[in-house]
Amino acid sequence: MSPRLKLFIPLILFTGMALFLFRGLSLDPRELPSALIDRPLPDFNLPVLGQERLLQRADLVGEPALLNVWATWCVSCRVEHPYLLQIAASGVPIYGINYKDEDAAAARWLAELGDPYRANIADREGSLGLDLGVYGAPETYLVDAEGVIRYRHVGVVDERVWQTILQPMYQQLSASGDRG
Amino acid sequence: MIPEIGHFALIIAFCLSIILAVIPSWGAWRRNTGAMALAPGLAVGLMVFVGVSFACLATAFLQDDFSVKVVASNSNSMLPPIYKFSAVWGNHEGSLLLWALILSLWTAAVALFSGQLPLLVLSRVLSVMGAVAVGFLSFMLLTSNPFARLLPGTPADGNDLNPLLQDPGLIIHPPLLYMGYVGFSVAFAFAIAALLGGRLDASWARWSRPWTNVAWGFLSLGIMLGSWWAYYELGWGGWWFWDPVENASFMPWLAGTALLHSLAATEKRGLFKSWTVLLAIFAFSLSLLGTFLVRSGVLTSVHAFATDPARGLFILVFLALVVGGSLTLYALRAPAVTSRVSFEWVSRESLILCNNVVFLVATITVLFGTLFPLIMDALGGGKYSVGPPYFNAVFVPLMALLAPFMGLGPVSRWKKDSTRRWRQELALPAVVAVLCGFTLPLFNASYNLWVALAVALSAWLVLGLLRDLWYRVRGAATLATGLRRITPSYWGMFLAHLGFAACVTGIVATSQYNIEHDLKMSPGDTEQLAGYEFTFIELVPVRGPNFVADEARFEIRRDGEVVARLAPQKRRYLATGQVMTEADIDGGLFRDLYVAMGEPIGEGGAWAMRLHYKPMVRWMWLGAILMALGGFTTVLDKRYRRQRSPAIAKGAVHVAQA
Repeated sequence: MSPRLKLFIPLILFTGMALFLFRGLSLDPRELPSALIDRPLPDFNLPVLGQERLLQRADLVGEPALLNVWATWCVSCRVEHPYLLQIAASGVPIYGINYKDEDAAAARWLAELGDPYRANIADREGSLGLDLGVYGAPETYLVDAEGVIRYRHVGVVDERVWQTILQPMYQQLSASGDRG
Repeated sequence: MIPEIGHFALIIAFCLSIILAVIPSWGAWRRNTGAMALAPGLAVGLMVFVGVSFACLATAFLQDDFSVKVVASNSNSMLPPIYKFSAVWGNHEGSLLLWALILSLWTAAVALFSGQLPLLVLSRVLSVMGAVAVGFLSFMLLTSNPFARLLPGTPADGNDLNPLLQDPGLIIHPPLLYMGYVGFSVAFAFAIAALLGGRLDASWARWSRPWTNVAWGFLSLGIMLGSWWAYYELGWGGWWFWDPVENASFMPWLAGTALLHSLAATEKRGLFKSWTVLLAIFAFSLSLLGTFLVRSGVLTSVHAFATDPARGLFILVFLALVVGGSLTLYALRAPAVTSRVSFEWVSRESLILCNNVVFLVATITVLFGTLFPLIMDALGGGKYSVGPPYFNAVFVPLMALLAPFMGLGPVSRWKKDSTRRWRQELALPAVVAVLCGFTLPLFNASYNLWVALAVALSAWLVLGLLRDLWYRVRGAATLATGLRRITPSYWGMFLAHLGFAACVTGIVATSQYNIEHDLKMSPGDTEQLAGYEFTFIELVPVRGPNFVADEARFEIRRDGEVVARLAPQKRRYLATGQVMTEADIDGGLFRDLYVAMGEPIGEGGAWAMRLHYKPMVRWMWLGAILMALGGFTTVLDKRYRRQRSPAIAKGAVHVAQA
């Protein structure tokens, strides 16, 4: 390659990057890939945090539930935690996915801040997170009684999100479940 | 009325920036001295009008003019005045105005302090900076006008500034960071001017160096303050999260560090010319890229600004013009012939090359990690997140690789050195460094191999520096005369390398020896942590200017004696109802004691508490301050102020002949 041509390499690399950035503008990083909504929850077989047993997809199915992806390294999970406690106190089942975290740190966190979860899936390698398409913690999925993902919320669940989005959907799902 | 004046001043500044971008560069092309001579005046005018505009926005904030939209959304009448002022840049529009203000300050500074530059070069440099200003001012005027009014419908009071930003550190963090970001525009402008003029020589490198060093110093300080802020304000004791916004500030710093060193080789030896120009373009491009990432919403981040696709597109087009344009110019004009200057493998040039490779790889690593989620998403590969594990896994070995070479750097000689001489000079430092590594961690309760390695590497850096200092001083009659003979640039390097060593030690020691207890405590409870007794005395309600808080009073004893009283708070801000954790820290050179409040547990007044023992965490920030001081010190060097060096005089003749 002639020396002059080599000097074009940075320009070519930059052009490639700029194309990605341009594509990125029309993508919303907070949006769930639509493929997963109304699809069944992916299969998994992972240990329960702090226990010897394993948890499978089948254990979660049966009633509508929230699936909350969290980690002790996650900035916003701490903000979200009090609301999860409130939601759990109102009788909504919440399962935790402890995402790419250390078990000991997670156990300390729950001991310290309270435990809103029915059970916590220890997703140490993030394999379930990968199947779900988790972008980052916190994320919350609403799963119906058949184990089908109905909604995904990226970011903190707070009073507004719960009351305006998740709670109405949850109530609708439990009502239809009761009828069926 | 005042906001309209501000808006009008901004429009005038925009017009001036267009003239600055066009007329002097036309003058430089046609060799029209009159047109070129306009540049400094225009640069100063630009600064004045952006300054007026900024002052108007600040006045609107200080006078609680809630008819201005950004004031209504980001301030509140109860906010303390100092935060009303810092709220000016606590939002997208205002922070852009700060960007523009700082850019105009740098432009004016170049105009005022470059009397010795040939007019041809000066006019090109200022023109390039004017063109950058055109981009930012039009961005502001077209998409993000800070003076937009809420008329009618002016609210009675404002929404308040985000409580996270109501903090002394955050008053000066953005200005310092922008001083760094935007400061690289000077090195960029010099590089573009040199490419346009086709004269990439030692004098170009000498002109760029002081500006680059100062900008780099500011950027170091800015990043340090950001990390310090995260440490005590976010309330969980972390100091770096590899968040996209943090990475956005870190990438220009990494590229800038490579640039500093490469500029040294270009100035002293005329080497790596094309490479240095490319790094100058990179450093500033990464600053612009950071702006794009933070404000366009393509990546999620804890501290992203309110985003808007139209704004994102505007910055992307601007980025494409600036970076694409300058890289095209680079491809067409950079010298393609290999430099005839040669150097041996064992020489300072090779070590600088090492530095450049490490820092470039580090930059690309961080860039790749930051953009990876976006790339995978764009390719339809699903959503990914890249967290601290990736960055740490790549970054730590890179820095460990750097340190051994870094110790050699100051001692080494240009062009040709010998390993025999290195052995003679550095055998003793090497042995002592290894001994330090083995023994010093023994002073802590638990021995740790990582800390031993970090201490050994840091000691190697520090001892190498001292050995070299001794080598330079020993010939002098007295120690004082010897020290006086050493140039400010050398002291700058000395301080910066010392700072790096302190940083490495602090980071490794605090990561390895950090002790953290999360527990439930009621008033009266005591907890042991690293030999300290933390007693939760009482819980008291307190009231601040715009918040109410629960304050936990702690007494910390060691061997029965009180060493500190800490009072962390859980605040509730009145305007927004946001709850904030305010940690309290007893700081020290060798350890920080840190208490933060979690949530109340039960009815009995018990709280979740987080107690930290963080050894040597401050070394990291002290190191960053030393690095910044190093950057600033180099500017004092006399050779940057020499009136007319032969090279510059030749430049002047060059203009006269043309």
